[in-house]
Amino acid sequence: MNTTALDTVNSPAPEFYCAEEPHPENGTLLGFWIYLMSDCFIFASLFACTAVLGTNYAAGPSAKDVFDLTGLAINTAMLLLSSVTFGFAMLEMARDRKRATLAWLAVAGLFAAAFVGLEVSEFSHLVMEGAGPDRSAFLSSFFTLVGTHGLHVTFGIIWLITLFVQVGKYGLTEDNRRRLYCLSMFWHFLDLVWVGVFSFVYLVGVLR
Amino acid sequence: MSRPSEESQAHAVTPAGHGHDDGNAIAHGTLKGYLTGFVLAAILTVIPFWLVMDHVIRNKEVAILIVMALAVVQIVVHIVYFLHMDTSSEGGWNMLALIFTVVLVVVVLGASFWVMYNENANMMPMSPQYVHHHLGA
Amino acid sequence: MHDRSALLHFVFGRLTWSAIPYDSPILVGTFVVVAVFGIMLLGAVTYYGKWGYLWREWFTSIDHKKIGIMYIVLAVVLLLRGFADAIMMRSQQAIAFGSNMGYLPPHHYDQIFTAHGAIMIFFVAMPLIVGLMNFVMPMQIGARDVAFPFLNNFSFWMTVAGAILFMLSLFIGDFARTGWLAYPPVSELRQSPGVGVDYYIWGLQIAGVGTLLSGINMVVTILKMRAPGMTLMKMPIFTWTALCTNALIVAAFPILTASLALLSMDRYLGTHFFTNDLGGNVMMYINLIWIWGHPEVYILILPIFGVYSEIVATFSGKPLFGYSSMVYATVAIMILSYLVWLHHFFTMGSGADVNSFFALATMIISIPTGVKIFNWLFTMYRGRVRFDVPMLWTIGFLFTFTIGGMTGVMLSVAPADFLLHNSLFVVAHFHNVIIGGVVFGAFAGINYWFPKAFGFRLDPFWGKVSFWFWLVGFWVAFTPLYVLGLMGVTRRLSHFTDPSLQIWFQIAALGAFLILLGIAAFLIQIVVSIRNREALRDHTGDLWDGRTLEWSTSSPPPQYNFAFTPRVHERDAWADMKQRGYKRPTEGFRPIHMPKNTGAGVILAALAFACGFGLIWYMWWLAAASFAALVAVAIGHSFNYHRDYNIAAEEVVRVEQAYSRQLSAQVSAS
Repeated sequence: MNTTALDTVNSPAPEFYCAEEPHPENGTLLGFWIYLMSDCFIFASLFACTAVLGTNYAAGPSAKDVFDLTGLAINTAMLLLSSVTFGFAMLEMARDRKRATLAWLAVAGLFAAAFVGLEVSEFSHLVMEGAGPDRSAFLSSFFTLVGTHGLHVTFGIIWLITLFVQVGKYGLTEDNRRRLYCLSMFWHFLDLVWVGVFSFVYLVGVLR
Repeated sequence: MSRPSEESQAHAVTPAGHGHDDGNAIAHGTLKGYLTGFVLAAILTVIPFWLVMDHVIRNKEVAILIVMALAVVQIVVHIVYFLHMDTSSEGGWNMLALIFTVVLVVVVLGASFWVMYNENANMMPMSPQYVHHHLGA
Repeated sequence: MHDRSALLHFVFGRLTWSAIPYDSPILVGTFVVVAVFGIMLLGAVTYYGKWGYLWREWFTSIDHKKIGIMYIVLAVVLLLRGFADAIMMRSQQAIAFGSNMGYLPPHHYDQIFTAHGAIMIFFVAMPLIVGLMNFVMPMQIGARDVAFPFLNNFSFWMTVAGAILFMLSLFIGDFARTGWLAYPPVSELRQSPGVGVDYYIWGLQIAGVGTLLSGINMVVTILKMRAPGMTLMKMPIFTWTALCTNALIVAAFPILTASLALLSMDRYLGTHFFTNDLGGNVMMYINLIWIWGHPEVYILILPIFGVYSEIVATFSGKPLFGYSSMVYATVAIMILSYLVWLHHFFTMGSGADVNSFFALATMIISIPTGVKIFNWLFTMYRGRVRFDVPMLWTIGFLFTFTIGGMTGVMLSVAPADFLLHNSLFVVAHFHNVIIGGVVFGAFAGINYWFPKAFGFRLDPFWGKVSFWFWLVGFWVAFTPLYVLGLMGVTRRLSHFTDPSLQIWFQIAALGAFLILLGIAAFLIQIVVSIRNREALRDHTGDLWDGRTLEWSTSSPPPQYNFAFTPRVHERDAWADMKQRGYKRPTEGFRPIHMPKNTGAGVILAALAFACGFGLIWYMWWLAAASFAALVAVAIGHSFNYHRDYNIAAEEVVRVEQAYSRQLSAQVSAS
């Protein structure tokens, strides 16, 4: 509600400008978090497709025929280990230890690369068996949701390599720390989405 | 390769050179936090795998609900222990954005499922021959 | 095609000489006109040696004000294209009865209505609101720019890249014939094997990236960069609507991205999301696309509600009535807009239970909008209303939009919708609310903020001419469509057999012609205003006696907006400052930290354009190479850590003293 007329004679005029420049907080972390929220909606659409189309086998291979749960368990372990070791990298970053940070980053990257490699081999195996994404709507939604997740991980690895070079070259500057925080959010977010993927696509998929 | 050190308490880390009030400090974890999260996540992964691979639960629908519930719990574990999210992250805006997203995602998933279930149920019934001839199935 | 060498096939994909429409006189004529104007424009820029200026001051600018202006320029240019489509449709429908097939064969007509809808929504309405929010919002919160200035520039150029892809389809290949939302199965490869749907998909995917990033940018700006003392409930209402709009953009656009991606996978990789066979489900696309589509229309209208709120308050000389209820209404609309989408396909088989839920939700969402209308009316009541051009547009809106909203409530009655779905009634309804709401509001906002942007106002006479032609023209053009729709006439038809309908279409065509005069008057208004800019000069920066912080700056504002960041105490901060005897500081200026201009946005968007073109024409090498280059440039750009500079204190002093002199000259002259 706006003020009524002030008694400007007796009270001093309030300060209407900041003589000392206030520093607005850096918005990068919030901005990146909001980007991750928008990514949730992309994944939500793909999960919705899996929910709706996930049993449309079109007389082709079904989830039971196609999903290797042991391989899935190994893959899940790779991604979880990747997530935890990235956390260790962040702990080292908080302690200003550049080389330790880079070492744990490399470990996390390698686990993620193993994850992507295993997934690529799973996909190519399925395609060669005639259970590619064009065989049925079930397989289309499977390949797309899991593949989109895998593409995100791949871009994360590329980003990790870039940051590895940048931290190596310029050190743990404020900018690089902020970038590492963003990458760590991205990394853990992808592991979080994977929980949804292995639960709903794979495990529930074989139960449906 | 060095091991990360143990720290007994989480503390806020601020970017070098600027002071920030606690509400906006960037939270980071502790070794204990990451390891706890790891163990919890591992347990919450092993259980549903076991339930499904060993056909532990007879009833399909119940099994599905349990697997999904465990997934939700593990997601919360990830949010708390790995993403270090709480009500003070970014002055509370992270939490609000998350709640906004979760509500709308639940709407999108739930309502889509409801709508599409009804759409499918109202489709014209088809003979097996029709299905075979026209839909290749 | 048969003896085409393998090399040619590799290099050019499915692009052949037959993609160029020599045989369509309309397209050839259009090309000639565009080419002539284009050469004249490019020639003039070259002749006056302005390329360097354009590149340095505009194309690479990360200044939110310049980016906002460029968005609006883009929107006006695309308005001309979209409106040309409208004139063609109206004239075809006015004459094509019985044995007269008109001048547009169906396969051409179908492209026109598809392009008209898609262009008007994505490349006219969206850039208009994004441009207005870009220009105004940072100043309203006392900031110097948005949170991510480089991303802002990149977002703009991605939108341009998408628009160019759309426009290119006129001259190379053709466009989609599916309607503006490209429903499968028509949009699937079997029924649309050509490039049209692919132009549509990639144009929107590229522009969509820009829009999403813009949404994130503005949310963070509003949450993090408000001047000290500006709590959320002290923000201007336009900023509130900008916040809710951009939150909706973040929540809705990813779903459009996903839906189009899945459609493109069906077309490129043979998947079966939305096909008729092998398990695909066409309705899933319709479900998903409208989950985006309904929030989209609220994305278009909410910032415009903010524009009207600012204008009504300013031109009534009073604070906005019911500020809190306006905020709650905006938030309620934002959330409810996510619960109504099925009303776009009541007739498509979801059954009575589902339809009832969504019908009720749709009726409920009209209530907060009603609250807003009453608040605007109560603001005007007992105010000293000045009927400048922005206020005229606002009053036109209040009347026009309200009726359009009412027809929306009619449509929300599911049983009634079984008659009205896909009829001209729907077409009339959404044009009623989009023209009466978004377009009128855009013109209101342009007239209102133009003096702030350029230092002189728009000619009021031609503004009034434009307004009256638009208002009368709109009603003449669309009332017949309501009548026809109630009679059951289907939309998107290029030919009719019932001669009794023709008179209505002829009246509608007359209306379209009146709107054409309104657009012409707007263009004349701009030219006349530039010619007479000295007479129309705004010397004080506060031409309308405004209430919000953007009016505390000079017109146009300095690059850094505020020499000192404002400190806010009350709502309507500038009105408060004026009332309490604010004195502009004239000394103590310091260097100001600002971001640098960059060409990276233009380059990245150009690469995205090349990638889109390659994907459309199956030139896989081009798509792969430009995508790889895109990633490489983005990574390379990240190695640039020095993106800021300081405006020297002496420069600030110079600019501020010039403004002081201008102000005191104004005072002594009056």
